Amino acid sequence: MESLRQVTGIAAPMLRINIDTDQIIPALFLGGTDAKGYGANLFHGSRFLADGKPNPDFILNQPPYDRAQVLLADRNFGCGSSRERAPKALREFGFRAILAPSFGGIFFNNCYRNGIIPVELPIEIVRTIAAEVEASGGTAAVTVDVEAQVVVAPSGARYPFTAPATLRQMLVEGMDEIALTLSRGDEITQYREADRARRPWAY
Amino acid sequence: MSALPPRTFFDKVWADHVIARLGDDAELLQIDRLVLHELSGSQAVRALAEAGREPVSRGQVLTVIEHLISTEPGRGPTDSVSKSGPIMIETTRKASRDWGFHFIDYDDPRQGIAHVIAPELGIAFPGATLVCCDSHTSTVGGVGALSWGIGASEAEHVLATQALAQARPKTMRVHFTGKLAAGVYAKDMILALIGRIGAQGGIGYATEYAGSAVSALPIEGRLTLCNMSIEFSCKYGFVPPDETTIAYLAGREFSPKGADWDRAVAYWRTLPTDPGAAFDREVTVDCDSLEPQVTWGISPQQVVSIGANVPDPSQASDSEARQLATRALEYMRLAPGTPLKGIPIDVAYIGSCTNARLSDLRAAAEVLRGQKVKAGIQAVCVPGSTPVKRAAEAEGIDRIFKDAGFEWHESACGFCGHIGSDRFADLRVVSTTNRNFEGRQGPKTRTHLASPATVAASAIAGCIADARGIA
Repeated sequence: MESLRQVTGIAAPMLRINIDTDQIIPALFLGGTDAKGYGANLFHGSRFLADGKPNPDFILNQPPYDRAQVLLADRNFGCGSSRERAPKALREFGFRAILAPSFGGIFFNNCYRNGIIPVELPIEIVRTIAAEVEASGGTAAVTVDVEAQVVVAPSGARYPFTAPATLRQMLVEGMDEIALTLSRGDEITQYREADRARRPWAY
Repeated sequence: MSALPPRTFFDKVWADHVIARLGDDAELLQIDRLVLHELSGSQAVRALAEAGREPVSRGQVLTVIEHLISTEPGRGPTDSVSKSGPIMIETTRKASRDWGFHFIDYDDPRQGIAHVIAPELGIAFPGATLVCCDSHTSTVGGVGALSWGIGASEAEHVLATQALAQARPKTMRVHFTGKLAAGVYAKDMILALIGRIGAQGGIGYATEYAGSAVSALPIEGRLTLCNMSIEFSCKYGFVPPDETTIAYLAGREFSPKGADWDRAVAYWRTLPTDPGAAFDREVTVDCDSLEPQVTWGISPQQVVSIGANVPDPSQASDSEARQLATRALEYMRLAPGTPLKGIPIDVAYIGSCTNARLSDLRAAAEVLRGQKVKAGIQAVCVPGSTPVKRAAEAEGIDRIFKDAGFEWHESACGFCGHIGSDRFADLRVVSTTNRNFEGRQGPKTRTHLASPATVAASAIAGCIADARGIA
């Protein structure tokens, strides 16, 4: 797991609800078994015109948002398909943090495994941060401190958030989640022996 | 000895799978079944191999070729409309053989969409934890499994450990009260619920479907109901086991046998929610007055009864709803106030893990019998599994479809998502699938979700049509 302790960078507002993973990366671009190679097609439907040229109206094609590391989003961001290429594409583009009132549950878990922190914040706060960013022409940076669990807005205002302790710890330390679980081998074996006696048909 | 407090089905199944508590927010759960397909399973097996690890419990893993494989009759082992299809299919096939998973290849008579075949084979069973790299994994909650969609990294973790860390969700119970009228189906129930509580209504919840209309549903209808849980952003949806479930699973290939069957059934009967058990949220949907549902927008929550009109964004309750409706109508190229019935269509599609089981094809065939698809309409049927296809053929359903003018395909995920075929590009589709997102079925494809009966009636009429009165 890629480590993330803190990120300070350009924040791109994309304040629409229900941005699904088909929009983040359409199924057409999920090809291959590679761990990388998806960022070029991030938000393909909005980012490119029919002739393949960048759509100048799309925020991530506009400087300084083309260098954004923080995404400001609305409710249910990342809903829909479980495709892990969605956070992979966001990460390859450069995103390390997404601030939104809520997230699709599968996407939320997938973010942590791809070096991105999904931060749940009330929409009023996300809108306030977006307004400050826009007032600066996009240049005012936003900080997300994963260790301290706080977002620092361009105004200097500090907004605390709560992230799941286990996932956050793994992200901060960049731990190998599988190795961590395997280190509980005795507990797993004990569970499985008892469970196998109780529910032999499950094995 | 004090009596246990009343518990929900979810409470019982979750508790029975906790290996260890990982702090306040997560528990390490035993995973009974991992199902992998070539689209995302291929990523998981490759990542595991590259990390130098091996699967720990191969007998608990099922792999199946269904997402990218062609649906064309006479398809070959790597035929796919996706240009990366062959590599993903081959990767999955090789890993399955090398590692000795239960593997169902493209030409296996048991092949089909993972969520269709898992219940058919008895891979999914009551009280099982079952995960798959697919958001529609909740489908198999219809046989009383606790099942949910995961990412490829989570799948890699399950391969290596047969366990998964998860945060415990809140619980919701949806009561579908009353009785469905003729011509109204499980698809209409779930669309109506999503319309009611919204596409975000289930975030953070596990949902139990209950009530007289659910008890009356055969297993296939329950699978449809649970399938679309993720469309209100609920990872988990289920119908606790009852006698219908037990009768359905008896004798299936992977179902317990002999003394194990008796023990399993006895255990399954302890799983339903105890009277008085508490849920974090309860919702009621009356089915007595429920009408067939059709979506008009680009989110499953944008749905109305078939007799209604396309909503007017200016009448929306708030500015956000107004913006969403405006964007949806622009994408769908619909004018406010247009009656849903009569909107001309280009394509009628019957397929997917939502609505391509035998009962779905029978319902469509009832409507199509002796009728013709309107000239100029593409009508396509992709059965949910090869066993479904064969059973339909044995009943003569394929003849009814073909005589009406439908294409009759091999089973796979097909045209539910846009993986390479542009044949629905820029067209209006009435579809038995689960997602009407922008571009979901192709570039600029405008999808209206509906039941198989509604799709069949629309194919004949050449426009969105009510099946009641035809069949």
